[in-house]
Amino acid sequence: MSGLLSQLPFASIDGAIEFIFEPQYSNVTGGNKVGGIDKVVELTINQLQVTVISLAIALAVALPFALYLGHKHKFETLAIAFGNAGRGIPELALIAFMAAAIGVGLLNVAIALAVLGIPPILTNTFVGIHQVDRAAVDAARGMGMTEFEILRKVEIPLAIPTLMGGIRGATIAIVATATIAPLAGYETLGDFIINENVYGENGVLAGAILVALLALALELALAGIQRLLTSPGLKPRPA
Amino acid sequence: MPTGEAATDIQPHSGASSVSYVGATKRYGDSELAAVDDLTLEVPAGEICVLVGPSGCGKTTAMRMVNRTVEMSAGDILVGGESVRSKDAAQLRREIGYVIQQIGLFPHRTITENIGTVPQLLGWKRDRIRARSAELLALVGLDPDLGDRYPAQLSGGQQQRVGVARALVADPLVMLMDEPFGAIDPINRERLQNEFLRLQAQVRKTVLFVTHDIDEAIKMGDRIAVMREGGRVEQYATPAELLMAPANEFVEDFVGADRALKRLALMRVSDIDLWEAPLATVGQPTAELRAKLDAPDVEVPYPLLVDDQRRPLGWLSERDLAAPTVPERPDSPLGPVLDRDDVMRDALADMLQGGAQYAAVTDAGGAVVGVLSVEIISEFLVSSAAKVDEHPAVERPLGAEGSDD
Amino acid sequence: MTSPTVFAAVGEVGKDFFKERTTDTLPCQSTDKLFCWDWARENFDRYETPLRQHVELVLISVAIGFAIAFALALLSHRHRWLRPPFLLGTGVLYTIPSIAFFFLLLPLTGRGRDTAIIALSAYTLQIIYRNTIIGLDNVSKSAVEAARGIGMTDRQILWKVEIPLARPEIFAGLQIATVSTVAIATLATFARGGGLGEPIFGGELGIDFKTNIIIAGGLAVLLAAAFGLLLLWLQRLVTPWRRVETE
Repeated sequence: MSGLLSQLPFASIDGAIEFIFEPQYSNVTGGNKVGGIDKVVELTINQLQVTVISLAIALAVALPFALYLGHKHKFETLAIAFGNAGRGIPELALIAFMAAAIGVGLLNVAIALAVLGIPPILTNTFVGIHQVDRAAVDAARGMGMTEFEILRKVEIPLAIPTLMGGIRGATIAIVATATIAPLAGYETLGDFIINENVYGENGVLAGAILVALLALALELALAGIQRLLTSPGLKPRPA
Repeated sequence: MPTGEAATDIQPHSGASSVSYVGATKRYGDSELAAVDDLTLEVPAGEICVLVGPSGCGKTTAMRMVNRTVEMSAGDILVGGESVRSKDAAQLRREIGYVIQQIGLFPHRTITENIGTVPQLLGWKRDRIRARSAELLALVGLDPDLGDRYPAQLSGGQQQRVGVARALVADPLVMLMDEPFGAIDPINRERLQNEFLRLQAQVRKTVLFVTHDIDEAIKMGDRIAVMREGGRVEQYATPAELLMAPANEFVEDFVGADRALKRLALMRVSDIDLWEAPLATVGQPTAELRAKLDAPDVEVPYPLLVDDQRRPLGWLSERDLAAPTVPERPDSPLGPVLDRDDVMRDALADMLQGGAQYAAVTDAGGAVVGVLSVEIISEFLVSSAAKVDEHPAVERPLGAEGSDD
Repeated sequence: MTSPTVFAAVGEVGKDFFKERTTDTLPCQSTDKLFCWDWARENFDRYETPLRQHVELVLISVAIGFAIAFALALLSHRHRWLRPPFLLGTGVLYTIPSIAFFFLLLPLTGRGRDTAIIALSAYTLQIIYRNTIIGLDNVSKSAVEAARGIGMTDRQILWKVEIPLARPEIFAGLQIATVSTVAIATLATFARGGGLGEPIFGGELGIDFKTNIIIAGGLAVLLAAAFGLLLLWLQRLVTPWRRVETE
């Protein structure tokens, strides 16, 4: 087998680009063609799908808690420590354990990935709301806003930059880790990387390029959304 | 949107509400010491009541119990005869203007949107909010073009004007102002104080005004409640009463050793008995004047030269009197001329600056009504029985920058 | 999964790992058990090498990342126009998933520990850079003015006033970077860089042997916690004035 591997062309950008657009012969699987744009699109959609579902789960779990605690200014140390601790979750062990203990497939992977997304969303949302100028909140309350109106009209808009920072961090962590989802029986672009014996070195490089582009595209999209959601009054302007 | 309807919004409110504290008490947790202990205070409608005292005296707590941003532990507060607890807190607050030292503008909203906060909560239509915001900007002396800017683009003074506009926008019955000008530099602070007094003369709100600055209290208040720890009111009186007759040592200390000087800020020249100077006209024989000066009850030892409409021209010196008749050009310059409506403190400042012992005082037409001397003022300062007329703050002259309307 | 070819695929590290094995399949080793204590006791020494490799990966990566990011921060502290390009550059490196980064380096550096270290260092840049410039920005202007007033040169102000006062943020950045790197270094096994990911992904034990996953993952978590606490303690040590403030 190692003999076969050594006969493969060494990974090259050209080879990887060819792999992305046209199915290539792989001597590993005995003459079948692998890769190609159709497969790339399918796996990209898979990765996006699991990322979005996982992000939705993380938001659904973390946001209500964080908004409530931030508004009440409760458990500051805990909320921040939780976010820092969350960064220490080893991705590979998490995916492997969730797959072994809970099961494989889209939903299970999404739940496992959500575990990575919850800490940054919770911490950043908490900090964002917690840090809103108390005078603005005092004024809002004094003018007769209900607590929910204060949250919706004052605290959330003012916390958008920090809050979105958390969502961006969560998204990057989730989409990055979704790359190893094939270990838990859900095919994403990471399949090209993990199953080198199927796709060859060009496939591995192609997978790496595609995953990097996907992460950068998501980050760019979220940065754009953040721009749209942030009031012009909060943007630094030249004096 | 008919403009006529918008125009009615700017009319002064038909009525401001009185505010009555009835044994209002605030206790935090199980603390023995109440932040505000059994406070009873009556603020008449349309007046500015200043709560003043050292930090920690409970003045802010007392103020905040009115809009229930601090909930009372016991007692009650009535606004317009109705308990503040008879309404939903949010509902109550929408009817009470609220201005705080940190201003608390919403940085993510434009100035127009900031001012329109309460109208939006009240469900006004968009056009009406815009029109009303523009009116309020004008009312607080800001360029309506600022409406589309964001708070960060405004200076501190401008921001607090917006803060006042935002509090006034829905024509509240009561305004709460917590050290509203405390974070603003002295020059702009004085300007804002004057502007607010001018504004109050128009809108006549009931205002609860919290400050730790006794000078500001005297300037702004129709009535002043001097408070100390535990929210106890040591004296509740008009500024003049407070300065003349402090109820106890605490108030006396708080008002300060210079309280007599402070009283000058409350008086006008016409409030005091002026002296009379012998009046001279051009061509008059000096012998007549010398005879007047020799009279035993003469108050001013120099004759004042006036024209045929009694307008002052100058003072006659010994040398002028040595001539047989009063000359056309007197030897001594006229020096400061005061209006009878001038504030006494300003009058004294004018005289000291001009190095003058005496100053002619004129009426609105410019005719001499008497002479003010440094001696009268110093006699006034030492006499505790001085007669002081009270003037509600809003009727006091406001200085140059306040009278631009 | 015990064929010699798999040994070859997982490389030197893998061989080392398998040599330690002493016992055949234990009763509790079936995949439906959450944790097999008997196996753990007998096989714990298997994790020594991966753990050591993991610590090395993290320390070297964070050290390199810190050296570069700190230099970038100082450079852009003096030349402010450098900030946007530095933020963008480190931001891109931060956003690219490490596992992709490993293989983007494939045509350049092949596989192995060096590749893993390059990717992990690149990941830490943004975190450390951002925190350092925030720290330098937060230094009170009056402290800098006072330093200038007593005749310090710009260089002295930087090293004796600004950097010491920026320590809380700098250490916070180091802490976040280190803890994150401990977690992400489990992926280094994909680049054949060793570490605690090795027994999970590269081993013959199979990715569904939970006892193994729990031990390897647990060691990674403990390592992250240990580094986190160590840096927290170091931060307190070098910022004595903050302890006074909070007490």
